Amino acid sequence: MSNIDKLRFYLQFDFVIYALIVGVLIALCSSLLGVTLVLKRYSFIGDGLSHVAFGAIAIATVMNIADKTIFTMPVTIIAAIILLRSGQNAKIKGDAAIAMLSVGSLAVGYMLMNIFSTSSNISGDVCSTLFGSTSILTLSRGEVWLCIVMSFIVIVLFVVYYNRLFAVTFDENFAKATGVKSDRYNLLIAIMIAVIIVLGMNLVGSLLISALIIFPTLSAMRMIQNFKGVVICSAIISVCCALTGMIVSILFSTPVGSTIVVADMIVFFVCSFIGTVKGQ
Amino acid sequence: MAYITCDDLTLGYDGKAVSKHINFEVNKGDYLCIVGENGAGKSTLMKTLLGLQKPISGEIIHGDGIKPYEIGYLPQQTVVQKDFPASVYEIVLSGNLAKCGFRPFYGKEEKKIAKENMKKMDIWDLRKKCYRNLSGGQQQRVLLARALCATTNILLLDEPVSGLDPKVTAEFYQLISDLNQSGVTIIMVSHDIYAATKYASHILHVGGKQLFFGRTSDYLTSEAYQLFGHGGDEDE
Repeated sequence: MSNIDKLRFYLQFDFVIYALIVGVLIALCSSLLGVTLVLKRYSFIGDGLSHVAFGAIAIATVMNIADKTIFTMPVTIIAAIILLRSGQNAKIKGDAAIAMLSVGSLAVGYMLMNIFSTSSNISGDVCSTLFGSTSILTLSRGEVWLCIVMSFIVIVLFVVYYNRLFAVTFDENFAKATGVKSDRYNLLIAIMIAVIIVLGMNLVGSLLISALIIFPTLSAMRMIQNFKGVVICSAIISVCCALTGMIVSILFSTPVGSTIVVADMIVFFVCSFIGTVKGQ
Repeated sequence: MAYITCDDLTLGYDGKAVSKHINFEVNKGDYLCIVGENGAGKSTLMKTLLGLQKPISGEIIHGDGIKPYEIGYLPQQTVVQKDFPASVYEIVLSGNLAKCGFRPFYGKEEKKIAKENMKKMDIWDLRKKCYRNLSGGQQQRVLLARALCATTNILLLDEPVSGLDPKVTAEFYQLISDLNQSGVTIIMVSHDIYAATKYASHILHVGGKQLFFGRTSDYLTSEAYQLFGHGGDEDE
C-alpha cells in the first residue's frame, strides 16, 4: 500500500478527521496568541499554564470528574490571570512566579496520580497527559465542537482587538496613557491563552504545548519585519506544521505531539537560514 | 485656566512618599523641564501626570479643554521594543487608538493623521522599515510621531535623549523646540540641566520635596540651582 492509499484509508475514519480539524484550529489559535506572548516576554507562560492544567487534570482524575475540561479550564484560566496580572508589581517576579507555579503543579499532579490512581498503568497515564500520545485520536464529537467554538471565539476576538493588542504589546504605558484599558486586554490575553492551552493539551500534551506557541512566532520573526506580517506568517507556518506533523504521524506511526514540534523546529531552522541570507 | 494644575501632590509607591508638596501649573505654550537627581521622583511624577498611577494625596486638575487622555507621551525605551518586529507605520498609527473609540480598526482620518505626523517628523520614507533596525534618533522620531497622533496640545517626554549621541541630541532638542514654537506644550523630564536651562521656559526642580518652580531666568539665580552643583563657576 503506497502512502497515498494509506492516507486515503485513514481519512475514512471520523476520528482522524476530528483530529485534523482540532489540530489545525489549535495550531492557528496558539500561533496568533504566541506573537503577543513572545513579544511581551511571556514565552514561558504556555509551559507554566500547561503544567497547571496537568495538575488540574490529576485532581479531576482523583475526584472522578467525568468531563475533565470543565474542571481544568477554570483552574487554568485563574492561574493565567494571576500570572499575567502580577506582572511588574509582584513580590515574586514574572519568570520566577511562572517557574514556581509550573514545577509545583507538575509535582502535585504526579503525586496525586500516583497515590490515588486506580489505573494499573500510571506511567502510561502520566506519559499520555504529558506528551499527548493518543488522546487526539479519541476525541468525542462534543470535544470537537467545544474546540471549534472556542477557537472561533479566540480568532474573532483576536481580529477585533488586533490594533489594541498591538498597542498593549508594543508599549503598555503609552497605551494606558492614551486611555486604552490595557489591564482589560491583558486579562483577555490571559483567558484566551488558558483556553487554548487546555484545548491543545489533547493535541501535543502538556509538556510540548509551549512549542506550538513560540516556534511559529520565532520562525516568522526571523524573516518578517512588521507585526501584521509576523502574525499572518506565523499562523500559516503553524497550520502547515500541524497538518504535516499529523499526517506524518499517521503514516509512520510516530507520536503526534512530538512530530508536530519537530516539524516546527525544522521550519524554524529554515526560517533562520532565510533570515540570515536576507541579511538581517 | 492652566492646562494642568498640580495641587500639593504627594507622590510615591505603595503608600511610601517619594516626593512631597509638589505645586505647579502648566499653561498653553509652556516648555517645562522637570529636573532633579536620580530617585527624586521625576519618573513617578511623570507617571502620575499620565494617570498611570494615583498620587498619595493632592490632586491634578486638567483645564482649558485638556482631557486626561489627550496627552502625548514619549516613554523611555523598554526591553520589549528592542527586537519588536513592527514597521514604523504600524507604530505611528497606534498613536491614534484613542480616536477609534469602539471601532476595531483605523479609518481614513486616522491614517491621514499618521501620514501627516510622519511627514512632519521626516520619517515618511522609513514607514515600511522595521523599528528595531532604525538608529536611536530615528526611533525617537517614530515615537514622537506616534505621540503627536495622540495629541495636538501637550507632550510629555521622559528622558528623551538618553543614549543618543551629541549631534542627534542637539537635533532632537531643536525638533522639540520647533514643536513648542508651533504651539505644542512640552513637559520634559531631563537629566541634562544645561539643555533644560537653554530651551525650557519653566523649570520644576524636585527632590524629596519641591525645590523650585518658576521661570528659567529666575531658576538660574535660585538656591536650588546652586544646590544642583551647577551654580557659579560652571557657567560661562
